[in-house]
Amino acid sequence: MSSTLTTPPMGGDSSVDNSKRTWLIASSCAGAVGAGFVAVPFVSSFSPSERAKAAGAAVEVDISTLKPGEKVTVEWRGKPVWIVRRTPEQLAALKGLAPQLADPDSKRNPDTYTPTYARNEARSIKPEVFVAVGICTHLGCSPSDKFTAGPQPSLPDDWQGGFFCPCHGSTFDMAGRVYKNKPAPDNLEVPPHMYLSDNRLIIGEDKKA
Amino acid sequence: MATFKEVSPNAPAGTKLLNWIDNRFPLTPIWEGAWGKYYAPKNFNFWYIFGILATVVLVIQIVTGIFLTMHYKPDAASAFASVEYIMRDVPWGSIIRYMHSTGASMFFVVVYLHMYRGLIYGSYRKPRELTWMFGCAIFLALMAEAFMGYLLPWGQMSYWGAQVIVNLFSAIPVIGPDLSLLIRGDYVVGDATLNRFFAFHVIAVPLVLLGLIAAHLIALHETGSNNPDGIEVKKNLGPDGHPVDSIPSHPYYTVHDIFGVSLFLIVFAAIVFFAPEMGGYFLEYNNFIPADPLKTPLHISPAWYFAPTYSMLRSVTSEMMYVLIACVLAAGAFAGFKSKLPKPFKLAAMGVALAVAAAMMAIDAKFWGVVVMGGAIVILFFLPWLDNCEVKSIRYRPDWHKYMYAIFVLVFIMLGYLGMQAPSPLFERLSQFGTLFYFGFFLLMPWWSTIGKCKPVPDRVTFKAH
Repeated sequence: MSSTLTTPPMGGDSSVDNSKRTWLIASSCAGAVGAGFVAVPFVSSFSPSERAKAAGAAVEVDISTLKPGEKVTVEWRGKPVWIVRRTPEQLAALKGLAPQLADPDSKRNPDTYTPTYARNEARSIKPEVFVAVGICTHLGCSPSDKFTAGPQPSLPDDWQGGFFCPCHGSTFDMAGRVYKNKPAPDNLEVPPHMYLSDNRLIIGEDKKA
Repeated sequence: MATFKEVSPNAPAGTKLLNWIDNRFPLTPIWEGAWGKYYAPKNFNFWYIFGILATVVLVIQIVTGIFLTMHYKPDAASAFASVEYIMRDVPWGSIIRYMHSTGASMFFVVVYLHMYRGLIYGSYRKPRELTWMFGCAIFLALMAEAFMGYLLPWGQMSYWGAQVIVNLFSAIPVIGPDLSLLIRGDYVVGDATLNRFFAFHVIAVPLVLLGLIAAHLIALHETGSNNPDGIEVKKNLGPDGHPVDSIPSHPYYTVHDIFGVSLFLIVFAAIVFFAPEMGGYFLEYNNFIPADPLKTPLHISPAWYFAPTYSMLRSVTSEMMYVLIACVLAAGAFAGFKSKLPKPFKLAAMGVALAVAAAMMAIDAKFWGVVVMGGAIVILFFLPWLDNCEVKSIRYRPDWHKYMYAIFVLVFIMLGYLGMQAPSPLFERLSQFGTLFYFGFFLLMPWWSTIGKCKPVPDRVTFKAH
């Protein structure tokens, strides 16, 4: 059936006006390019607005009242930033964990997750003060505090204290380093930060900037 | 256009009016084509109610949705309060909102059962492949519609659910982070995200849905409906040119459907009146807390209808990746050594398997979790070409196929249950088993569907007159 339909009425390919067809193809291509350009403003309107880009100012925090073992959360660029003053025991526990961690030395994507001044075991400028973006590197939930060591629901029996993401069960140690075999691929992000004085911290800016 | 028709001057006014219209607009042909003279097999059973129920729920969702937009504010600062305003201050507002939220869950109840009907009676098989594929596309659009609608109340579950799902896209290598930024319109889920999800939820996705539903029905009416026996009724035409085993939808299925719709509406109304939250399954308790970008609720879980796919996403850990890599390599080895493919295809299949395995080692488990989640839906589109059984309907398949389908249903329900629970090592293993079974069911179907002896298929449909 199809063979009878495709036979041109005049017979043979000569009935195709090649010059007309060339122009048809050319103008269709031009139309497609034009449609592509028309799509630009619509697709671009999805990207963050100028106002959203501007709202990223650094945040200053006073940590003089933060006691050992306590955490304070501040908002920076709409994300939670944690500041934890770790106890000596919590710091000591970090030492033996390396074999259980996916990336103990923060070598994966260091430029995104760990600034140069935090590329150490405690992932911090001052060993006891840990600053991190409280967003799981898996799918963006905010992990909860599980600072108490020892067996507890959803955690291994030899738990040394750290963070637990309720969404998909990723676990992090007290330096935000992710445990092996968990959905989160990377350690928690340490944001750019620096000390203005002993107890005054600025988040979102460091000496490079 | 047909010639101008005349009716007797003594005809009733209604007949005259209809004739006047039919001479100007094909009202009668449209009605007869769509329903009045649409011949459907006479042996439909209870499974055949869910198509019409889906239509009823669609109408409920559109009507209640229009009324909700009259009071809702798509603004991060006032969205949560405007929903509470609808619930407390708008006269009968809580009923309208509960109808919409119950409708969302019931839509999935009905659509899952509708798809299961297609699965057991082989309704996806030749010549109804496109009806099935349009249906899968409807399911996908419905998931998008439900997901975006879920953000609008701006509760804790809305917020963190959207955060997780949008971040799924950032797992795609290279373009991922920019893509998720483009979807959110901000660096975190925020006002921009809420505003655009509102636009998608109330107009863009519904338009796509309506178009797909039209395509689904046009394709169905081209081939005619399948039936529980999986017999092509069109092979046996009567003297009037219609299949002898078919009856016109009107009045026969009109009455059946009105009865079914009435039962459904009783259940629907009972939920709206007495259990609109359905124990936290239809409306999650955490969503009555306003969104807090600084604190994820201790237990977050997706709405029940996303739980099976979510469970599969969660099952892909780096340990699971070794199992998946082994599966890919085994499939490649099978294609290369055991299959009946021509040689170039064998080499290509082995090459692809090696390349995929290499990519699986190179890219994070997180990305493959997303691939598994998407694959669980995409694989449905290919079902018509995966099933090699010589008969369509479960009724004439080998008995062991029935156990296979029963296990499939149990595994799917188990995945749904696990998807709503907090993660634990045992549940992780169970969901990994479930994920492997789900994919094995479909990917190995070309092989297992041919095993066993089918029963003889009768020439006429099984039907007892009442």
